[in-house]
Parts: sequence; C-alpha cells; structure tokens
Amino acid sequence: MSAAANLPLASFWETTLGKKAIMAVTGVILFGFVVAHLIGNLQIYLPPEKINHYSETLRSMPLLLWGARITLLISVCLHIWASFALWRMQRAARPIPYVKKSNEHSTYASRTMMWSGPIVLAFVIYHLLHFTFGVVHPGGPFDKHNVYNNVVTGFQVWPVSLFYIVAMIMLCYHLYHGLWSMFQTLGFSHPVYTPWLQRLAKVAAILIAAGNISIPVAVLAGYIKPV
Amino acid sequence: MKLTLHVWRQKNAQDRGRMVRYEVPGVNEHMSFLEMLDVLNERLIEKGDDPIAFDHDCREGICGMCGMMINGKAHGGFKGTTVCQLHMRHFKDGDEVYIEPWRAAAFPVIKDLAVDRSAFDRIIAAGGFISVPTGSAPDGNAIPVRKQDADLAMDAAACIGCGACVAACPNSAAALFVGAKISHLAHLPQGQVERDRRALAMVRQMNREAFANCSNIGECEAACPKEIRLEVIARNNADYIKAAFTERPETATGGAG
Amino acid sequence: MELNSNAPAGPIEKSWETHKFGLKLVNPANKRKFKIIVVGSGLAGGAAAASLGELGYNVHCFCFQDSPRRAHSIAAQGGINAAKNYHNDGDSVYRLFYDTVKGGDFRAREANVYRLAQVSVNIVDQCVAQGVPFAREYGGLLDNRSFGGAQVSRTFYARGQTGQQLLLGAYQALERQIGLGAVKMFPRTEMLDVIVIDGKARGIVTRSLNDGKVDVHFGDAVVLATGGYGNVYYLSTNAKGCNVTAIWRAYKRGALFANPCYTQIHPTCIPVAGDYQSKLTLMSESLRNDGRIWVPKQSGDKRNPATIAEGERDYYLERRYPSFGNLVPRDIASRAAKAECDAGHGVGETGLGVYLDFSDCFKRLGAHKISERYGNLFEMYERITGENPYEVPMRIYPAIHYTMGGLWVDYNLMSTIPGLFVLGEANFSDHGANRLGASALMQGLADGYFIIPYTIGNYLANTKSEEYSEDAAAAKESVANVTAITQKLLNANGKRTVDSYHRELGKIVWEYCGMARSAAGLTKAASMIAELREDFWKNVRVLGANEEFNQSLEKAGRVADFFELGELMCIDALNRNESCGGHFREEYQTPEGEALRDDANYSYVAAWGFQGAGRPAALTKEPLAFNYVKPSQRSYK
Ligand SMILES: Cc1cc2nc3c(=O)[nH]c(=O)nc-3n(C[C@H](O)[C@H](O)[C@H](O)COP(=O)(O)OP(=O)(O)OC[C@H]3O[C@@H](n4cnc5c(N)ncnc54)[C@H](O)[C@@H]3O)c2cc1C
Ligand code: HEM
Ligand code: HEM
Ligand code: SF4
Ligand code: F3S
Ligand code: FES
Repeated sequence: MSAAANLPLASFWETTLGKKAIMAVTGVILFGFVVAHLIGNLQIYLPPEKINHYSETLRSMPLLLWGARITLLISVCLHIWASFALWRMQRAARPIPYVKKSNEHSTYASRTMMWSGPIVLAFVIYHLLHFTFGVVHPGGPFDKHNVYNNVVTGFQVWPVSLFYIVAMIMLCYHLYHGLWSMFQTLGFSHPVYTPWLQRLAKVAAILIAAGNISIPVAVLAGYIKPV
Repeated sequence: MKLTLHVWRQKNAQDRGRMVRYEVPGVNEHMSFLEMLDVLNERLIEKGDDPIAFDHDCREGICGMCGMMINGKAHGGFKGTTVCQLHMRHFKDGDEVYIEPWRAAAFPVIKDLAVDRSAFDRIIAAGGFISVPTGSAPDGNAIPVRKQDADLAMDAAACIGCGACVAACPNSAAALFVGAKISHLAHLPQGQVERDRRALAMVRQMNREAFANCSNIGECEAACPKEIRLEVIARNNADYIKAAFTERPETATGGAG
Repeated sequence: MELNSNAPAGPIEKSWETHKFGLKLVNPANKRKFKIIVVGSGLAGGAAAASLGELGYNVHCFCFQDSPRRAHSIAAQGGINAAKNYHNDGDSVYRLFYDTVKGGDFRAREANVYRLAQVSVNIVDQCVAQGVPFAREYGGLLDNRSFGGAQVSRTFYARGQTGQQLLLGAYQALERQIGLGAVKMFPRTEMLDVIVIDGKARGIVTRSLNDGKVDVHFGDAVVLATGGYGNVYYLSTNAKGCNVTAIWRAYKRGALFANPCYTQIHPTCIPVAGDYQSKLTLMSESLRNDGRIWVPKQSGDKRNPATIAEGERDYYLERRYPSFGNLVPRDIASRAAKAECDAGHGVGETGLGVYLDFSDCFKRLGAHKISERYGNLFEMYERITGENPYEVPMRIYPAIHYTMGGLWVDYNLMSTIPGLFVLGEANFSDHGANRLGASALMQGLADGYFIIPYTIGNYLANTKSEEYSEDAAAAKESVANVTAITQKLLNANGKRTVDSYHRELGKIVWEYCGMARSAAGLTKAASMIAELREDFWKNVRVLGANEEFNQSLEKAGRVADFFELGELMCIDALNRNESCGGHFREEYQTPEGEALRDDANYSYVAAWGFQGAGRPAALTKEPLAFNYVKPSQRSYK
C-alpha cells in the first residue's frame, strides 16, 4: 500500500482494472491509427501519384511521423504487455476446467481476443517487413518511393493476399468486441446508448475490415494494376 | 420422468475428484432441482452410499448459498433463477444432466458441489460498506434520495453473493459481484464520502484473491440470478479509474483536531 | 425459581432512558480485554457483533452458513416497522407499542414492547445511513406501506427484499469490523453447547462443519442470536438450516425456555404440492394490501376461477372483519383460511388453498404499478407453480413461519444463565402470542444495535474477566457431551434417513400442535413424538465420519433436538388452557370461532426448565401486568 500511495500510477498498473484501462486507452490509439491508415490506403483507388505523394508528404514531416511511430510503438507494447499479464491471470483463475460449459450469451469475438490480437500482431510484423522495410516482398522489387507499386505487386502474390484477408478478419473480430468493450472498461455504460455503441462498434469493425480487404481483392481481381 | 445425472464427486479439498453417473427414476415435474437431488440422496443413503454434498439454505433464491453448474450453465441457465428455484418441469424424460461445482481458483471445492466463497466476504470487508457506527445516524429523511437513484441502488444491491457470475465467466472474474456492491453504494448520497476509498480497496482485494480480470464478455450478466446488469462493471471501472488518479498520500499530520 | 424481569418501574415512556442511565459502563480502555461470543449473524447477531466490535470489545462471531450474509433474516420480504409518522397518519411510539401488545394478544411484557417501539425510529435512521436502499417517493423521501394488523402506514421496505437489504447493511457493518480486526468471524461453524462455569456462561463448544473439528471458545459473555425453530414442523418458510440446537443446548444447561407453543402460521404461502417437498415459500404479507382473498361460495367448486362470477365468490375476510378486511393479523387470517378449507371451499388440486386475487387492483392501479410493487413476488410465484399471477389468481395457504417462543430473557435480554444473552427470534421477548408483520426485523435490529450494547456492558462491568484453560472441568464435560452425541448418531447405523424422521416429526407437530390444538391431540402427539424419538436413536442412518463435511450428521443433530422441543411444545400447549394469538385451543373459542383468552389464569409467561433427561420440564411463571394497554378481546371487525 505504501508504494501505492507514493506512486499512484504504479498502483494503477498493479490492478486488473488499471491494466484494462491501459489496454482500452492504447486500443483507442491503435484504432485511431487503423482508421487513419485505412483512409490513407484507400487512396490506392486514386491515380498512383496521390498515394505516393501522400507517403512522401508524411516522410517530409519527421516530427509528426516519428511522434506517431513512437506513440504507436509504446501503445502496442503496453497493449500487449497488459494483455499477456491478464491472460496469465485468467489461466490461473480456473485451474480445473468444466466438463461442460456453455457460453451462449457472449460473442465468439469477446472470448477470442487472445487469438485475434496475437494474429493481428503477427500480421503487423510481417506487414512491416513487407511494405515498410521491403525485406520480405515476394511480388517483385521493392521501391521505397513507389508505395503504389509496392502494394499492387505485393498483393498479386495470392498467398500474401490471403494472409492479409485472414488477418483483417481477425482484426475485425478484435474490434468487433474491443470497440465497445473499451467504453465499458473506461467506465461508460448506459441503458440506451450502450446497445447503440455495440452496434456501431460492429459496423465500424466490419467497415474497416471490408475497406482493407477490398485492396488485395481489387488487386487480385485486376481492378488495380501496377504502373 | 427418469434422468441420468453426471455429478462431480470429490471427497474433500485434497481429493482429485471425478464425474459419477447416477440414474434417477421417478422424478416429478413439480420438484425443484434440489428436491430431485434430495430424493437421490435419500436413495443413496439407503443404499449405504455417501450422499452428494451441496450447499443450500433458504431454497427460495435469496440467501445465495446454493449454486452449481447444470449442463454447463450456472444455476441451470434460466432467467433470474437460482438452482433452488429451478423446477424439474424444465427437464424431460431421458435427459442427461451434468452437474459440476463452481470452478474457480478463488472458490476451492470443499466437497462435491460445495465450494468456499469466503473470498467474497474478504472483498466486502476491504471496503464494501459505509462506515457508520451504530447510533451515529441522522434522521432517515434528512437526506433525500432521488427515486431513480434509490431504484438503481436497489437493482445492484439485489446481488445475493452466489458466485454464479464468477462460475460463468470464462475468465473467472468477480467483476459483476464487485461492481454490484460498488454501484449499490455509489448511487446513494450516503455512499459518496467513501466512494473513492471503497473502489480502490475493493478492487485491490479482488486482485489479491485469485480472480482474473473482466474482458466484458457478458456471460456473468446472463448467469446472474438477480439479473445484475453489466452496467455495474462500468460503474466500478469509472470509480476505480477516478480514484486511482486522484489518490494521494494521507496527510502526515493526521486529521483536523 | 423466581423470575425477575428487571423491567424498570415508573412511567413507561421514561423507563428505558432511566434504565440505561442506571447501567454500569465499561471503561473504553478495558473493552478490548472482554471477549464476547456472538452466535448467529442474522439481523440480531450481525447487528450485535458489529456494534460490539465498534465499541471496542473483542468479538468472536459464529454462523453455520458459509458467510454471515446468508443468515435467514435475508429471506424477509415485506418490511420493517418504525414509528416515524412520516405520513402524518397518526402513528406514534405509543401507537406502535399499543398495536404490538394488542397484536401479541396481551401475552408480551409491556416494558420491552415500549422500548422496542421507541428504538424503532433509530433503526430506520441507522439503516438508511448504512446505505439500505429503502423505497423512496419522487420527492426523495422514504416511502411506507401498511402491513397486516395495523391501520397506519409505518412499514419501510426495499422492494420485496427488505430483510435482505437490512441484513446486508448489518453484514457490511460486521465485515467492516472484521476487516478492522475487531471481530473474528467463524463461518461454517455450529455451536453445540454452552460452557457454564460457576453458574455463568463462559463459552461455547463448536463443531467445524468443514472438517468436524470440535473446539472450545471461552468468552466473558455469550450472546445467542440463532433465530427461530419453525423447522420443527419440517415444512416451514424457514431456511433448511434453521434450528433450535443452539438455544436447546443452552436450555439443557439451565436457561429457561419460554412459551415454546407460541408459533406463528403465516397466511400467505404457496400451498404444498407433493411429499418430496422440502420447504414452503412465503408470499409476502404485503400482497394482502392489494390482493383480495376469496373462495368459491359453493363448497367443492373446482371451476376455473375466471369463470366464477363475482356473486359466487366469498371474500370471507372482508365479510367477517369489515374494518380490517384482508389486513387482519396473521393468526386470524390463517385460521380463517383453514376454516374455509375444512368446510370444503378450498381450491387447487389438494383443496388446501384459497385465492389471492389482484384483478381489482390491476384495474385500479394498472399492471405496471403492481409489478413495481410486487414484481419479484409474482415472478417467484410463477417460477414455483408455473402459473402466472397476472392472469390467474394466486393460490395460498397458511404455513409455519415464525416462533414467538424462545429462551426466556429479562429486560436486559439476559437468560436465566448469567452472562448468556439471547437476541432476535431466539428469545421470547416482544411479540407475546402473536407477532405483527414487519416487527421481527425491527426486534432483531433493536436487540442487536440498540439494546445489547448497553445491557451487556452492565453485565461485564460487574464481572471479572477470567482466563480458563481447555482443561477446565466444565469445558471438558461440554466437549465430551458434544462428542458423545455425534458418536451416538454415527453409531446408530440403522435403516432410516434423517430426513424421513424429520418429515414424520413435522407431520405430527403440524397436525396436533399447528393451527388448531386440543388437549386430546396434544397428549397423543407428545407420546407419538417420544416414541418416534426412541426409534430415531436406534434406527437412524448417518453415514460417513465426524471428521469431514457431513451434511447428514449436521441434520441429525438438529433433528434430535427438534424431537425434544416438539415434545415440550405439546406440553406447553397442553398447559395453556386458553386460546391466544398463534396458540389456538379448539376447546377455548368464542361462539364466532375467535380465540378466547383466559386472563385470570394465563396472563403469564410459561418458562420451562430442564430437569434432566427423562424428567418432565419444570414450569416457572412470569406474571404479566398490563398497566397501559388494558387487555380486551382483540377485535378486528
Ligand atoms: C420467509 C420469511 C419472511 C419474513 N418476512 C418478514 C418481514 O417481512 N418482516 C419481519 O419483520 N419479519 C419477517 N420475517 C421474520 C424475520 O425474518 C426473522 O424473525 C428474523 O430475521 C430473525 O432474525 P435473527 O437474527 O433472530 O435470526 P436469523 O436471521 O435466523 O439468524 C440466525 C443466525 O444464527 C446462526 N445459527 C443458528 N443456529 C446456529 C448454531 N447452532 N450454531 C451457529 N450458528 C447458528 C445462523 O447461521 C444465522 O447466522 C420473515 C421470516 C421468514 C422465514
Ligand atoms: C492494431 C492493433 C490492435 C488494436 C486496434 C487493438 C484494439 C483493442 C481494443 C480497442 C481492445 C478493447 C480494450 C477493452 O476491452 O477495453 C482490445 C482488447 C484486447 N486486445 Fe487489442 N488491439 C490491437 C492489437 C492487439 C494485439 C497485437 C494483441 C495481442 C497481443 C491484442 C490483444 C488484446 C486483448 C487480449 C484484448 C482484450 C483485453 C481484455 O478485454 O481483457 N490486441 N484491443
Ligand atoms: C490491406 C490493408 C493494408 C494496406 C494496403 C497497407 C499498406 C501499407 C503500406 C503501403 C505501408 C507503408 C507505408 C509507407 O512506408 O509509406 C504500411 C505501413 C504500415 N501499416 Fe499498413 N496496410 C494495410 C493494413 C494495415 C493494418 C490492418 C495495420 C495494423 C493493424 C497496418 C499497420 C501498418 C503499420 C504499423 C505501418 C508502418 C507505419 C510506419 O511507417 O510508421 N497496416 N501499410
Ligand atoms: S452478481 Fe449475480 S451472479 Fe454474481 S454473486 Fe451477485 S447475484 Fe450471484
Ligand atoms: S463474463 Fe466475465 S469477462 Fe467480465 S463481463 Fe462478465 S465478468
Ligand atoms: S438456497 Fe438460498 S438462494 Fe438457493
């Protein structure tokens, strides 16, 4: 308790509720990125210069870019760290499983956050190697200054696209639950608004996934072609 | 009607335990579930077999003593119903019924279906109260309470401490139970003075027990025989977060005067 | 033996004040040195343990459930009385006092009742401050309802869960003291004997229900708040674990047992459905505020109630008691229901039931208002019977519900064993021969919060705290006694289960010492019980060992005591050649079938003393004087 009294934040972190609050806050940040990133990515449907220019613009503002990157990195770390700490507690909290257990009243998504999350993480790692560093880019040569081509040639390799699509479905699951869950975690619940929030969360999760998935699909379908 | 039961039998906390199968003919649809177990137990005793131990007391859904998983559902899974109020008319001839104790590290099995829920008491002892020594109360009408607040407080205060929320929760979280008490007292003007302290103390004690976190899954709400709403968990989260951020060391010089 | 009630003389309005001032105080610095044992964590025990802990005493509290929050007080539905007169309808301390004495059919001690009415107002304040979510009006002030036997609205309630909420208030106060280290709690622990040393209660012997361990707990005073013994009837509205064991074992150590035959039958319970039935469920009496009770005029009429026209219905309570109507006291309502059923007007499959009908009220207030008031009760009814009371009238029948009898206590709530205090339903004190609705909660909390903290101090201030070792002869003897009973039960190794005996005992007591009693029936019952008890000890089958979680063994010990109690109830009922309150002797009734008291000969408390196994209990009388409320025939017409 004494440590707690001296360092409110440390004690905050110590409890399950504190960790959850941090997950929710970092979740919001990550969600914000995903939305912004989606909007950026959708420029792929515009002439190639647009998205390449967008990428250049971002790179021309290192302060903003690195600020965002660091924030994201810290968020991801905290989010994952907390999720693993909680996951270990959950495993310890029921040492003997039920012979029969029915979970009819909850969504599949809510019970599989610890699957969808890590899959998304695995995806992000691959994704960075794929499009940011270009080290694992099987579709052809990687050109740092031609984001448009990187994406299109990247997605022309169908197994890569498939992996992206699966990962986006996982992300959808993750957000399907996570987006309303974070309101609850941060203490907002209301008999009228919460059901709407839940619906909104589901719609948002699906839209985000659909938006992202549309890109590899459009490439494979030949709608978007390399230049 | 005739039922086939698969019941968790465990002699004591040390025993490993196992599922045992029992045939129970002659079950009447007006019986309660516990009365059906009584009948089985009477037969077991007559045969010289150890009867099945299960906790119960009021048998009218208010003391919170009873509780078991029936086919994977806490209290059997009927809306607003404790197992002592569950009647056999919900079952039909030939049904197979799996009966297990609440499973959670925080609720060790004592024998068969009886578990130790004293962790709940320790959470209340940590802060689930309003400090008002006997004799120090003002007139009951001195502080008006909005009807809506009184009603919301009552909704939450209806919790019977049965532990079904923990049993049903995939995480074995006690969030609904703790949230219920937090909400009950947070909705009343009398509960405001200690509101921050209470949230901090109860959450910390909850974490000292072997309960995991809440992931807002919602099985607890469906299992709760008193239909405590998930909203109470949000209330608890809000109170905790606010309290944790505004917590400060106690003044070294002590209280005024 | 001479019984001194220690009730103060002088004007009754001042007596508690004066008495309190005369009580000795324990120096705050010394309180920690006194250890008090509180058995029971219901309203009475929980409130006492918390309050004594707050005062600084070293308190050890015991209950048989797994948590103090589960004491049977939790099941009380209807409400708690307090003479607040918030509704300006003419209530006052005096009127509550008056109603309670009259409701008790002039068999209670006036001074106690007056004090109860006085502290009732503090109870509600205390509970509100603890966060008990009493029903409120839109203006934010406390709401009230009226309850059986009263013409004013003085009943405070928290939906249909008043007992639960009051108990949780006490429980939370108790847990707070446990957290602070002032009270040590022993759940799943059953008290099985009192240790009496040099004539004073000095401790108890307990058995852990988890592992059978028998322990000695010494204390400077022992408080029993172990609730009522309605389960002697097997089927009752009490929780399955309610028992007489704690007070019975105290009785066998010399505490007098007062008025064992005063038991209350509650008029509104769900009728029995079959012989596997393990308990009866009460439908709160508050339902009588809005529901109307009727039976078909035509005897044996088994038609669907909806098809029975208004003119063919007999609203017998409204007919017989026009001024109180459906709100007559419980004993009267119960007997009236029995009379209708005996005359063949009963409804339902068994013919043991009457209708409680809300249709008028739906029309007047709308289903919404009704569900706000009684929603949870209606749901409970439907859950149990499978019938929806919004559509068909409820069927109800009387069932045993409360026991006014209990250990005899003086004004300080001390039994005839010095240092042994008895609170709540376990004592006999305030309700005479019949308890009014919503006043058991009041009494339990009055005893625990506002009376024992004062009176126990007086006892302790006059007593030297002693250290005893477990080798003390009395302790060893008590442990040996407890062990012997357990062994005897385990060794009987007969054929019949404990429940089968309990059920049979219950049937006898219900039949002959229930709603209506007669000399012939009581004599017969006493011998039947004695016979059955002998058979029990020879032929009961309790499996397993002492050193384990053994629910059959727990039950067996309790049933063994119920046998002895049942016999004493019959003897007490036989002794009381009058009808009063819950005790209705068929030989003593008015031509209209109302209870006929005999004030000249029976205006006393019958306190029975144990004389050793096999010997008849000895009767000591505490005469009752009525200086304020003059005895009259109760009339609710
Ligand atoms: C269904 C129902 C509804 C009621 N409704 C109302 C109402 O609306 N208004 C009203 O005023 N009254 C009502 N009553 C009556 C009232 O609830 C009880 O009389 C009152 O609560 C008794 O409180 P208590 O503290 O004396 O005992 P209890 O609450 O019964 O507590 C007994 C305690 O003693 C412990 N105990 C018992 N035996 C032992 C033992 N051998 N060893 C260790 N511990 C032991 C138990 O564990 C428990 O903690 C109702 C009663 C019932 C049954
Ligand atoms: C872009 C990436 C991610 C986003 C946008 C995201 C978002 C979210 C959000 C909003 C929540 C809800 C928090 C709450 O319940 O309050 C959440 C919960 C969770 N996230 Fe993520 N997350 C991401 C990545 C990950 C990763 C990589 C992991 C895996 C290690 C992960 C694991 C979890 C878990 C386990 C939860 C549930 C926590 C709980 O409720 O107990 N997330 N996430
Ligand atoms: C099909 C959908 C997606 C496409 C087409 C896509 C495309 C890209 C491209 C082209 C880059 C490199 C940008 C540049 O270097 O200028 C990039 C970077 C990145 N993407 Fe994606 N992305 C997609 C989905 C996602 C998702 C779902 C996430 C997270 C969960 C994600 C996380 C990232 C990250 C973290 C970076 C690195 C950002 C940085 O440089 O700081 N992407 N993405
Ligand atoms: S919240 Fe519901 S399920 Fe949990 S303990 Fe309370 S009543 Fe039982
Ligand atoms: S099911 Fe468990 S995860 Fe939370 S919402 Fe209920 S406690
Ligand atoms: S036995 Fe009391 S709630 Fe079921």
